[in-house]
Amino acid sequence: MKTVYERPKCLKDRHFHYCPGCGHGVIHKLIAEIIDELGIQDRTVGVAPVGCAVFAYWYYDVDFSQAAHGRAPAVATGIKRAKPDSIVFSYQGDGDLAAIGTAEIIHAANRGENITVIFVNNAIYGMTGGQMAPTTLVGQKASTAPYGRNPENEGYPIKVCELLSTLRGTTYLERTAITTPGSIIQTKKAIKKAFQNQLDGKGFSLVEVLSQCPTNWGMKPTDGTKFIKEQMMPVFPLGVYKDLSDEKGGSK
Amino acid sequence: MAKEFIKGNEAIGKAAILAGLDCYFGYPITPQSELPEYLAAEMPKVGKTFLQAESEVAAINMVYGAAGTGIRVMTSSSSPGVSLKLEGISYIAGAELPCVVVNVQRGGPGLGNIAPEQGDYFQATKGGGHGNYRLIVLAPDSGQEMADFTMLAFDLAEKYRNPVMLLADGYLGQMKEAVEFKKPERKTPANDWTIGNKLGKANVITSIDIEPEKLEKHNLNLLAKYNKIKENEVRFEEFMTDDCELFVVAYGITSRVVRSAVELAREKGIKVGMLRPQTLFPFPKDIINKLSEKTKKVLVCELSTGQMVEDVQLSSAPGTDVYFYGRCGGMVPTDIELVEQIEKILEGKGEIFK
Repeated sequence: MKTVYERPKCLKDRHFHYCPGCGHGVIHKLIAEIIDELGIQDRTVGVAPVGCAVFAYWYYDVDFSQAAHGRAPAVATGIKRAKPDSIVFSYQGDGDLAAIGTAEIIHAANRGENITVIFVNNAIYGMTGGQMAPTTLVGQKASTAPYGRNPENEGYPIKVCELLSTLRGTTYLERTAITTPGSIIQTKKAIKKAFQNQLDGKGFSLVEVLSQCPTNWGMKPTDGTKFIKEQMMPVFPLGVYKDLSDEKGGSK
Repeated sequence: MAKEFIKGNEAIGKAAILAGLDCYFGYPITPQSELPEYLAAEMPKVGKTFLQAESEVAAINMVYGAAGTGIRVMTSSSSPGVSLKLEGISYIAGAELPCVVVNVQRGGPGLGNIAPEQGDYFQATKGGGHGNYRLIVLAPDSGQEMADFTMLAFDLAEKYRNPVMLLADGYLGQMKEAVEFKKPERKTPANDWTIGNKLGKANVITSIDIEPEKLEKHNLNLLAKYNKIKENEVRFEEFMTDDCELFVVAYGITSRVVRSAVELAREKGIKVGMLRPQTLFPFPKDIINKLSEKTKKVLVCELSTGQMVEDVQLSSAPGTDVYFYGRCGGMVPTDIELVEQIEKILEGKGEIFK
């Protein structure tokens, strides 16, 4: 009998703790498949954030370091500088990366750290229970923005790929989504490239994935993808924001 | 071996390189900047990593990341910068990672000033950050001990898988003294717990334990470690305590002035000695108890409004009068000033610390 599908080798046989309709499980699996395909399980080190993915290391059979809220790019920098042969990726949400960890992500990017960042943007704080995120949409309700995000009080959503694309140190920045089989395949391609860049010593790569959080958006799991398509994508357009992968040599 | 005339901050850097420092992450702040400057120049020459981080917060988290791989890693700062590092220090202690943190203390609170002070004693010895953790705290008194204790700090950090703080001050950092650099021998530590080393099994560096039963157990394991440190690592120096009727407790730069004051008092026929803690955690409470049993009078001198004095009160034999004399904000007592204090106490005119 021919095996056409199986659990990625580096993904442990453990049920995800994520809510119905949540995007983390899909993204976790894509990363695990890529680690297998690239044959880098023994040298991969993940950095887990504070947020719903705080226990990412429950699921991966690779080395992991848990980081303080927002500090994953600094922790990843420390690991990569200490062990340059390691393949280091951080996995961060929007509160982690674009609010409390803004300085860390900007400077890791600006240094051109040879790491891979998976940025999961679901426009809300998940683990703490639906508070406003830096990427929460204008008018979107959150437990700390019960009347909807008001730009006069809370400012506008931060566009991370656009922001980082101005930095000379960045190599590859792409925003994707996981709303359809096609976009999931595209997300996998992007994440794989972000890992390959690190393997080739090409510097800082970040993939921003628009992801569902129906629980904290207050909607049915099946409505999550619709929210991304109709509400999030106009504010956070998908696409490649920067790609110097072919121009940068493997110097790092 | 020949001695080298070198600034305290640079002596730390040189000793750290000799001790096998692999990575340094830091952020500039006066009065410790000569240390990162020294390492910025010297680390590349030996093929090691120096990185100026975007903040103290980032620097200590880089240390956390690197420490998880089992290499030798250090950061340094001065008081306000160390406050910023406390988040990371708590995580490092919680995850039981070895590293060295240098604090070249300056005046506080807040921005304070850039003059020497010893106002961070509480922060260094009582945790500072959140949770049940302790740092091993070494208190050098000279350029020589800046070097020796830096080497010791790396060994202790690895031995106990615990962050070690070198608690210096602006004077020790800025002063130039003759220093002899020893050749340290590093025992290869176990690395079966590390990440990034292709061990053939997945390891996790973390300080989170969502189950209360497990987190309590982790805290009790940490406590057992700290108790072992208390048993094994107390270090102090006694100076003219054999026949003393009063002894002064002082550490770091203050102990240098106290030493002169003791000598000056002895010339006047006053029987006074000094007890100098070299480790602030663990605190040398047994010797203080023993000496105070005999003298019933202790004077504590610090460049603060009274921090270590609380530990001396707790350590002293029952019925001991604990006196305090402190200067702060960058002010330092003279030996004459201290002899006056000693005389006042012996005349029964001293004020007991409340």
